Amino acid sequence: MAAAAEKGVVLLDFWVSPFGQRCRIALAEKGVEYEYKEENLSDKSPLLLKMNPVHKKIPVLIHHGKPICESLIIVQYIEEVWSHNPLLPSNPYERAKARFWADFVDKKVAECGTRLWKLKGEAQEEAKKDMIEILKLLEGELGDKKYFGGEKTFGFVDVALAPFTAWFYTYETCGKFSIENECPKLAAWAKRCKERKTVSESLHDPHKVYEYVGKLKKKYGVE
Amino acid sequence: MAAVGGEEVKLLGAWPSPFVMRPRIALNLKGVGYEFLEEVFGVKSELLLKSNPVYKKIPVLIHAGKPICESMIIVQYIDEVWAAKGSAILPADPYDRALHRFWAVYIDDKWFPSLSGISRAQTEEAKAEAVEQVFAGLKLLEEAFEKCSKGKGFFGGDTIGYLDIALGCYLGWLKVTEKMTGIKFLDEEKTPLLVGWGERFCADDAVKGVMPETNKLMEFFKVLQAKFKAASAK
Repeated sequence: MAAAAEKGVVLLDFWVSPFGQRCRIALAEKGVEYEYKEENLSDKSPLLLKMNPVHKKIPVLIHHGKPICESLIIVQYIEEVWSHNPLLPSNPYERAKARFWADFVDKKVAECGTRLWKLKGEAQEEAKKDMIEILKLLEGELGDKKYFGGEKTFGFVDVALAPFTAWFYTYETCGKFSIENECPKLAAWAKRCKERKTVSESLHDPHKVYEYVGKLKKKYGVE
Repeated sequence: MAAVGGEEVKLLGAWPSPFVMRPRIALNLKGVGYEFLEEVFGVKSELLLKSNPVYKKIPVLIHAGKPICESMIIVQYIDEVWAAKGSAILPADPYDRALHRFWAVYIDDKWFPSLSGISRAQTEEAKAEAVEQVFAGLKLLEEAFEKCSKGKGFFGGDTIGYLDIALGCYLGWLKVTEKMTGIKFLDEEKTPLLVGWGERFCADDAVKGVMPETNKLMEFFKVLQAKFKAASAK
């Protein structure tokens, strides 16, 4: 197993992880062949523990035997090693903006999403308000563009946010709201993402995600 | 003050903030002049609210009228815009860049919160745990230094780089915590490489003028603590 990790590209991942999916999408956008290794998060492999001793988390990209951790750092690495079909624009100001919004997704969406499905009552109401505000801000940045990266470019921010579209159904159902109603442009962008092969082949059915969250809820005694 | 092509560079910030120090060091490394607009503590200026509507936080770099936010994103921007000036801040090799970025995120997400957690700890146990986490983090960073520096003086090699800036900006606050707790966090016996690095970093021309004096920071910290105590007592 360790020998296989010495050559080529290996991705240690977990099927439903939006962070892992960012890496899958980026690799697919660049047309990079890689070996996908599914981790059992309740029984982490020796390889994962060796490759990410600090956080012991997926995703981890292993390239020529060397590990790269943290999904957005992995995506930037992929961008820099395989520099065709760039995900980031060439203009430094536009690059800074893209990094800012990808970082915003990182700071806000997952944390708020977790509060939305995990909490009840007032706390859940607050999470719903927060999520709508977060999505509206993102919609503001998207504007009338086809993608965050522009009319033709599926870019860095698109890669950062696209995996969370599979969680929209879960957020809507738990929070009892409609993203289409609140943020129609963002909902339209999510549909366009699904039509993109690199995304549709990396994400799972939103109902499967909802089922998975259902199991998590039982595990945490939420109901 | 004019920079490349005569475009103005302004930085919204405040002297005690480690985050603000980061772009200042980067601009110094590139020899780029800028106007420093000091925010008044507790009052956010119109310009700040307009330039960073999402977070309303400093630092904000304003270059030719356009704002850039988030300290390490600003540092990367400076590195890219003024690539032809001074020394490179991020290394050239993609793997080395990933390492610098990884440890910078670790420092911001895990290490500094445990450091600031020491003064915020409500119990002795919580304090002891935070102290242990700081030491554990420094041990990891010592190993990272050995790997990244490749025998040279900085994480970035011969010159101050991305990771040096990410960690070095916290040295003032680390010294304040050492004074307050009586604990020597940067210890020659535990982390000799980091001790040497810390001295070199603080003595560097790009850092000297923007690293606040420990005593001044202590005074500021006491004012902050008093304000928080008053706020939470209400």
